Amino acid sequence: MNLQFTPEENAFREEVRAFLADKLPADIQRKVRLGQQLSAEEHLRWQNRLSERGWLAPGWPVEHGGTGWSPVEKHIFEEECAAAHAPTVVPFGVNMVAPVIIRFGSEEQKRHYLPRILGNEDWWCQGYSEPGAGSDLAGLKTRAERDGDHYVVNGQKTWTTLGQHANMMFCLVRTDPKAKKQAGISFLLIDMNTPGISVRPIITLDGAHEVNEVFLDNVRVPVANRVGEEGEGWTCAKFLLTHERTGIAGLGHAKQALRHLKHVARRQTHHGRPLIESPSFREQLARAELELMALEVTNLRVLAAARDGGAPGAESSLLKIRGSELRQRLSDLTRRALGPQALPFFADFLAGDDDSLADDQSFAAAATAQYFNRRKLSIYGGANEIQKNIVAKTILGM
Amino acid sequence: MDFSLSDEQRMLDETVTRLVADRCTPEQRRRLIQERGTAPSALWNTFAELGLLAMPFGEDAGGLGGDGIDLMLIMQALGRGLVPEAYLDGLVIPGTLLARLADDTLRDRWLTSLLEGEHQLALAWHEAASRYDIDTPATRAERSDDGWRLQGRKQVVLNAPGAAALLVTAGLADDSLGLFIVPADAEGLQRRDYTTLDDQRASDIDIDVTLPAPALLASGEALLAALGEALALGRAALCAEAVGAMEVACEQTLEYLKERQQFGAPLSRQQVLQHRMVDMRLHLEQARSMAILAAASLTLPEEQRDYRVAAAKAYVGEAAQFVAEQAIQLHGGMGMTEECYVAHYAKRLIMLDHALGDRDYHLETVMARLDSAA
Ligand SMILES: Cc1cc2nc3c(=O)[nH]c(=O)nc-3n(C[C@H](O)[C@H](O)[C@H](O)COP(=O)(O)OP(=O)(O)OC[C@H]3O[C@@H](n4cnc5c(N)ncnc54)[C@H](O)[C@@H]3O)c2cc1C
Repeated sequence: MNLQFTPEENAFREEVRAFLADKLPADIQRKVRLGQQLSAEEHLRWQNRLSERGWLAPGWPVEHGGTGWSPVEKHIFEEECAAAHAPTVVPFGVNMVAPVIIRFGSEEQKRHYLPRILGNEDWWCQGYSEPGAGSDLAGLKTRAERDGDHYVVNGQKTWTTLGQHANMMFCLVRTDPKAKKQAGISFLLIDMNTPGISVRPIITLDGAHEVNEVFLDNVRVPVANRVGEEGEGWTCAKFLLTHERTGIAGLGHAKQALRHLKHVARRQTHHGRPLIESPSFREQLARAELELMALEVTNLRVLAAARDGGAPGAESSLLKIRGSELRQRLSDLTRRALGPQALPFFADFLAGDDDSLADDQSFAAAATAQYFNRRKLSIYGGANEIQKNIVAKTILGM
Repeated sequence: MDFSLSDEQRMLDETVTRLVADRCTPEQRRRLIQERGTAPSALWNTFAELGLLAMPFGEDAGGLGGDGIDLMLIMQALGRGLVPEAYLDGLVIPGTLLARLADDTLRDRWLTSLLEGEHQLALAWHEAASRYDIDTPATRAERSDDGWRLQGRKQVVLNAPGAAALLVTAGLADDSLGLFIVPADAEGLQRRDYTTLDDQRASDIDIDVTLPAPALLASGEALLAALGEALALGRAALCAEAVGAMEVACEQTLEYLKERQQFGAPLSRQQVLQHRMVDMRLHLEQARSMAILAAASLTLPEEQRDYRVAAAKAYVGEAAQFVAEQAIQLHGGMGMTEECYVAHYAKRLIMLDHALGDRDYHLETVMARLDSAA
């Protein structure tokens, strides 16, 4: 047993740092640091830098443009990106639909879509959830009826993250209403510019426009855009949900959040002293630190198991539960560390449209909105209650 | 021991509850927020007509002489309706200070009209380094020829955009604390107005003003005693408001779980969610007890009063957070949206912990006094 990074891994870390120092645009870095929302252009500008370096798709097989990194190297990469305030890569293309296409797609689909994803030519969104199908995803109702070489799709998707920027959506649809729940579902790739699609914003409680409703009204989708066989969409969906969960604990983000929290606690005063010296606050910081240390090693254990051939299954549920809880706790502590300064809500600043705030205002501006935004971590991607059901069933056999 | 309300209190409770239900539906609330200016709203005028603005003040100050329980009933009802009026920050806290400290001239000018609903006030005390301590401002007051010069920067002054005058804390030459009344249109006040995430109005204010000598309301021990009273009242009131908001958050979440179908059954059939709902209810009931304790302790000797109020505020802050977070969680994606009303309750429940000392702050008070407390 050896928990040290190897000299090669340390050298890799240096290489990543040098790249970030060199290539991460300062304006984008500042926005991420201050918690301002990024525009589509800013996301793409950064993702193009990663593409140019060949680092956009660490999770892909090398022959399709992956990096060939070990799980530990991916972990280091994520940690350094978060530490440098690099934007999170929009996952729907690179990390979600691409692995499905690589695993289940036709040669033609691979040839067409994978290079476009690597080149940031398509912006993908995920059309899984529906108003009536959240935790019970297999209860989805969006219908796709065959009409010659096309499917005609009718229904509604919701919570579609960044769908406002997307030109492509991967979508679960019901192709056989008579088959058993999971069996009648197919996986379609839908061009968002097809007639009959409309996208409406949903404003979240932190005032942000991050999610959308997508309405599909007689949308004609070529049968060639189906991934896998008809009725096998659930297999694709499940593969996507369990595949490549290195990042699921959000460890890089948690580490960065803890660093930020310490910075805030040093800067804020409490009874005339830095807050970080307050024994009761310090204890809460220390407890968060312990949780983070444990989570990091658990994460590395799961990564090592994955490297040695085990597909991460229910363990990823554990990482998701603990990772989301920890990140929520850190955002809670950061909000509380700010005291009364957590109250102001500068919506225009957070949307990236206003830069007139004083330093002490901008420094604190995002904390409260982020605290509320982070509530999503225990809701999406399989809510934590659902994750616990999975662990109870598959790990504990209850 | 008697937990029952008097007939008058029951009537007060019913009156405010009905008023809030009639006049602060989600739609009406949105409009109230949009249309806020410096002039009092129609709702505020109704508060005045019903005597709600005079209720929490002694008869000598022109009030109706309501006690802590009366205030609790009002605040609970305002919490249930998420009423976007600065009842506490614009009326109760500054009014209590004026009633205690102002001379007749200042009372005539500022307090009478406050109770009649003609204007509101605000207490300006937060600063960059103050956190939740009110007694050590960096803002300074210096004697000038015929009055005072006040210089400093206040942050997050709740209700400043709606206030006709500010009560401003400042350090005096001998390092004791002073409280000044500054008309909102005084030359040398630079406000940056904004809203908070839970739809309150507030400002950051740069201050460099000259004031006449009588602008100093009080200083030293007399001021600290009055502030102690006003803050205890405010903290107890916040506990009550939280309880009102928690009630609704619990109700709405329970309703939602009964309605929302997943896996072919209402979510309320899931045992995990049943237990969670029970935990929310337990937090609510325990918080209610603490809010009652705080409200009933306001007339105790200072030390006992502050110990119990700190305990209540610490306890309620934590309970409110549990209820807020679970209300969002059990609503799933819906709970994350601006459109879902429970999210607004969650926001208020979280943010009210940042007013007048949060749960960490008050827990420290309890920790410090644990041994000497009876
Ligand atoms: C910010 C955000 C972004 C999202 N982005 C996307 C996206 O891009 N694409 C997409 O397809 N979806 C997206 N989602 C949707 C997300 O996956 C769903 O919100 C999630 O699956 C939960 O479904 P629901 O919201 O319908 O909640 P519900 O399923 O109604 O659940 C409500 C509550 O009940 C609990 N619950 C449900 N069933 C059980 C059970 N059997 N046992 C115990 N507890 C249970 C849940 O855990 C939750 O707490 C997003 C959601 C959010 C909040």
